[in-house]
Amino acid sequence: MSRESFPQIVTANALIEGDVVYLTEAHGWTRELSEALVLTNPTDAELALAEGDAQVAQVVGCYLANVRLTASGPQPVHFREDFRRRGPSNYAHGKQAEGSAHTPADTPADTPTAAKAISAA
Amino acid sequence: MYVYDDFDTEFLAERNRQFRAQVERRINGSLTEDEFKPLRLMNGLYLQLHAYMLRVAIPYGTLNPHQMRKLAEVADRWDKGYGHFTTRQNIQFNWPKLADVPDIMDSLAEAGIHAIQTSGNTIRNVTSDHFAAAAADEIADPRPVAELIRQWSTDHPEFQFLPRKFKVAVTGSEIDRAVTKAHDIGLRMVRRDGEAGFEVIVGGGLGRTPMIGKVLREFLPVADLLPYLEAIVSTYNLLGRRDNKFKARIKITVHENGIERIRELVEARFIDNRPKFDAEATEAQLARIEAMFQAPDLPAACDLPYQAAYAADPAFRAWADTNLHPHRNPDYAIVTISLKAHGATPGDATSDQMRLIADLAEAYGHSEIRISHEQNVILPHIARADLPALYKALRVQGLAVANVGLISDIIACPGMDYCALATARSIPVAQEIATHFDALKLEHDIGPLKIKISGCINACGHHHVGHIGILGLDRAGVENYQITLGGDGSEDAVLGTRTGPGFAYDQIVPAIERIIRAYLAQRLSPAETFLAAYKRLGLAPFKAALYDQEGADAA
Ligand code: SF4
Repeated sequence: MSRESFPQIVTANALIEGDVVYLTEAHGWTRELSEALVLTNPTDAELALAEGDAQVAQVVGCYLANVRLTASGPQPVHFREDFRRRGPSNYAHGKQAEGSAHTPADTPADTPTAAKAISAA
Repeated sequence: MYVYDDFDTEFLAERNRQFRAQVERRINGSLTEDEFKPLRLMNGLYLQLHAYMLRVAIPYGTLNPHQMRKLAEVADRWDKGYGHFTTRQNIQFNWPKLADVPDIMDSLAEAGIHAIQTSGNTIRNVTSDHFAAAAADEIADPRPVAELIRQWSTDHPEFQFLPRKFKVAVTGSEIDRAVTKAHDIGLRMVRRDGEAGFEVIVGGGLGRTPMIGKVLREFLPVADLLPYLEAIVSTYNLLGRRDNKFKARIKITVHENGIERIRELVEARFIDNRPKFDAEATEAQLARIEAMFQAPDLPAACDLPYQAAYAADPAFRAWADTNLHPHRNPDYAIVTISLKAHGATPGDATSDQMRLIADLAEAYGHSEIRISHEQNVILPHIARADLPALYKALRVQGLAVANVGLISDIIACPGMDYCALATARSIPVAQEIATHFDALKLEHDIGPLKIKISGCINACGHHHVGHIGILGLDRAGVENYQITLGGDGSEDAVLGTRTGPGFAYDQIVPAIERIIRAYLAQRLSPAETFLAAYKRLGLAPFKAALYDQEGADAA
């Protein structure tokens, strides 16, 4: 597999809620991928990761994820990251229910139609 | 069923107090995640893709209505109004918040349920036959022994940090409904000269390196059970590999050392162990547990209402044909409530459904509820006369789907919709197979068929023992699904055979349809099941249907 190099973002799960968060330029955390700090060189990325890792009271499990830069902001490269910023495909739960997730045109339109609606708490 | 005594209640309360303090220390920053993680895992709390997940044990798959209502209450108060029943007879809540988990634990404890040892490298929830104490083919109820094992293994000081997780399954019948051959230890009840005992199977497991368990001891008297189990687990604890996570399960220990060597070590250890166990006290404890599992009084009941409904109502008839299993008392039936409505998530139940099941278990089912590893709910003791009324009541909450054992009764793990370890999704594949064959109206014609789907090689969806197994992988950043055929999780356990290259997400349902059409075209008669046809025909015709251009064009 060719090793294309991508810009990266720092992502983690929030300590209390457990939901997906991204490191911002202001050294805080956002639930919106569009507001994530995008790192274009590996040294900066490692520094940002170390900064995220240090925030043990806010987040769990920091790592770097690849993104593609588009007109509508950074987009996940891998489908796992796409699910993380959207929520599960069987119910409209997670970020998609909170109205914070973008549903860009490249999101696979494969959510089963018959998925049973279960009210979001 | 087993009722907690003061010791159990106090043990659980103390454990919950400890965990509450651990959560507080994590939140106030005194514990790092590295320090906290093993503690939360000991208590069933995972962090998944979108949230925490709490895995609550349903020991040997048995619940009473009070406990079922408690699960519904937890789902409503702290989660999103539903729970997911798993292939290990646990229930998972997908959306708890860390700060709420201690309250959830306390609430569960009010009904005698816990999340202890549902994760981590310990002896996990002991699973059993979901038809226990009801099936006509049973030797004896396996649950008292399963409860004894739960008590022995809970907080066992020597076995909290095993090389890897350790799973035990017990069955009381020749017919293996507990997949005992795919467990670290499987216990199959047998009788020898009138004495009850167990055939002990060791080293089974699915996952990365699937293995069918091997017989370690053909007959183990019940009185020797605990010292013998302790001998197996302590032998493994010393010998099991800690250098490589992927080689750490006992199946690899057995494979690398050979069953004879393991047997020698275990038997030697057993002789050392035996005097340390008070056999009389164990026997007394088992007798005490057995008394709590007294089968309900089942008064004779005339089945005319059943006969009438069966003759008059085709929908009831279809349900009765698929969802009932013979009870040891011919006036009764074992009812399987399908949690596999076409298009629904396999194993999910809403809080309303849980409450209805609890009510119906009280009204008709002697207050007994079971959860199967096939992710369905069982009411084990229903008078045939009550079946029409029960069926009608189940319909109200969409719980009367007539598909048990059919193509849409799919086992699917949570996959990449929830699980942090997943390499692909499982749930939408299951949903689409179910809706697709429902739309084709082929389900009942196809007949008995077990499809099992896992979202990664850990094989929580038991795909290796599915008649059709589907494994979701990540191939160069794209979801890809591998198919295995001919697997069998019964007493004749066999691992399925891979058909060849995998299929893309949007190609997997058409691929399954090609397999099914090949079966329908080649079976001798509708009485020849998919598995029987596969055993007769072998892989070739299915491979041709999957990969030949002709097969592709015909689909
Ligand atoms: S099989 Fe893999 S994806 Fe599925 S639940 Fe198990 S670990 Fe997660």
